[in-house]
Amino acid sequence: MITMELHGVNKSYYGAYEQPVLFDINLSFESNTCSSIVDESGSGKSTLMNIIGTLDTPTSGEVIVDGQPISWMNKKQLAELRNRTIGFVFQFHYLLPEFTVLENVLIPHLIHDRHQSKPVLDRARQLLDMVGILKLENKLPPQISGGEQQRTAIARALMNNPKIILADEPTGNLDSETTRKVCGLFGEIKRRFQTIFIVVTHDHAVAAHTDRIIEIKDGRVVSDRLNQGS
Amino acid sequence: MLSLKIATRFLKSGRGQTVLIIFGIAIAVSVQVFVGLLIIGLQLSLIESTIGGQPQITIRPAGDTSAIRDWEAIIYRIRDTAGLDVISVTASGNALVADNNSTLPVVIRGVDFQSADQIYGISEAIYRGGPGTSRKEVIIGRDLAEELELDVGDKLPVLVPDGGVNIFEIAGFYDLGVGNINRTWVIANLVTAQRLFGYGDRISEIIMTLDESRLFAADEIAAGIEAALANEDIEVTNWKAQNEELLSGLEGQSISSGVIQGVVLASVVVAISSVLSITVLQKSRQLGILKAMGIADRDASLIFVFQGLLIGLIGAVVGIALGLGLLQAFNTFTASPEGTALVDIYIDYNFILRSWLIAVASSTLAGLIPARRSLRLNPVDVIREG
Repeated sequence: MITMELHGVNKSYYGAYEQPVLFDINLSFESNTCSSIVDESGSGKSTLMNIIGTLDTPTSGEVIVDGQPISWMNKKQLAELRNRTIGFVFQFHYLLPEFTVLENVLIPHLIHDRHQSKPVLDRARQLLDMVGILKLENKLPPQISGGEQQRTAIARALMNNPKIILADEPTGNLDSETTRKVCGLFGEIKRRFQTIFIVVTHDHAVAAHTDRIIEIKDGRVVSDRLNQGS
Repeated sequence: MLSLKIATRFLKSGRGQTVLIIFGIAIAVSVQVFVGLLIIGLQLSLIESTIGGQPQITIRPAGDTSAIRDWEAIIYRIRDTAGLDVISVTASGNALVADNNSTLPVVIRGVDFQSADQIYGISEAIYRGGPGTSRKEVIIGRDLAEELELDVGDKLPVLVPDGGVNIFEIAGFYDLGVGNINRTWVIANLVTAQRLFGYGDRISEIIMTLDESRLFAADEIAAGIEAALANEDIEVTNWKAQNEELLSGLEGQSISSGVIQGVVLASVVVAISSVLSITVLQKSRQLGILKAMGIADRDASLIFVFQGLLIGLIGAVVGIALGLGLLQAFNTFTASPEGTALVDIYIDYNFILRSWLIAVASSTLAGLIPARRSLRLNPVDVIREG
């Protein structure tokens, strides 16, 4: 059981003038839930995802992961937290093109443990099997389709058995059929891995697959409701 | 180790760039090895021609003393000095040899044949006759033999300063490769020379050679011997003191060779740093995602240090092979029509190992600059840019 909370999170970017992006965001998430953050307009949702994922820091407010305020952590502790606790699935997949599909899935494990034991390899293969691309394990990312790359990224996000999975526009570049399959995977992952699963999207059709839909407009939470139809 | 694995894959994925940079290092290392070994070869042949076949430390009578007494005791005291190879003694004196119409000045060098042979290589230099077995026999050099038109077995009258004439028999001819020696040295038995010049049991020189690795410590060893003997009647000289100009020439040569090698090395470091810095930009997506997945900054930086190390390792090996090939080609193309090399090449393994280590260390060091750059890379910037 793990919790993630955002208390009064504000975020501004500073260029020639201050550009506020997020205003007073208060949210909390629990294990075994699949939530979506929907923002049809623009930039706020990715910023929020980066803050939840500890890649970015709020201008004010606090992010608390499992009772620990992340503002208390140094760079190294944050890197460890991301590696062990959070799995990322990005819109552009961000696989390492120099490594095979299987090696890409193994990387989160190799970051904290250089030993690649048989159980570890077995787990990576099980995950590839779960997302339906085990037969592609020795292919390089440029040799497979966008949907297959996204499935690889999902398997990679699950490798370290993270408590929190963040997916930023995970179907953004996929066709509708692949989108349907990827969304189907989210429900299965939530059930099997008991995680906090947060999908950030502009697409209501994707959000419809989640238990809870949080809508953001112009940097503010405008609605936060349970999805009865999921 | 993940950093090493990623470094290897990055290098493989940019194959053209990697080959080019390895080639750059190889060229630089080959220049180093070529210039370095050529100069080492030149210096060694210069030294060989200067001190080869000659003693490197000599003990002579000092001041008014004309000969060394108690030389057996002196040898007994110095024989275990570290670095000494062969110790021998000579009893020498000026004399004249007469032919039908004229006389020629010579030096009668009485030697202990066995030990002197190890220093001068006399037995190898004898091209006719033999070294002689009796006290009445001498051997003379090629130039003197030709000038006096003598043959093995002929008699050689020798006039010593006190007016006496001694007749010796010529046992053989030698050629020590130095005209002056071939013309003036009449090599005789030690006791013969001692009697000829009235030395009694005294001698005129104790001569020594050094172990090859200790040649350049001749001054230190000579000073050590002088201090150990603490005898005012003798002086200890060494080849370095007698060849200061040669040594300063060699030092100048070494410095200029070092400067060339340093400049080449510096340009390699700059080149590697700039190429690897470009790879930080090229691989910023990959680095960003690795950081997002929790790779520690230190491990991300290590990727570039390992890239420097790997290209250094390979580049240096290729460079050494190339340098040795260049030397071989140089020797072939500059050889005389008889096939004699212009410079005797000496493959100094220590020098090669040192060049390799310096190249690898510099290349690794060059990886530190892009490694530092990679620390500044923020994963959010990469993810935001898409």
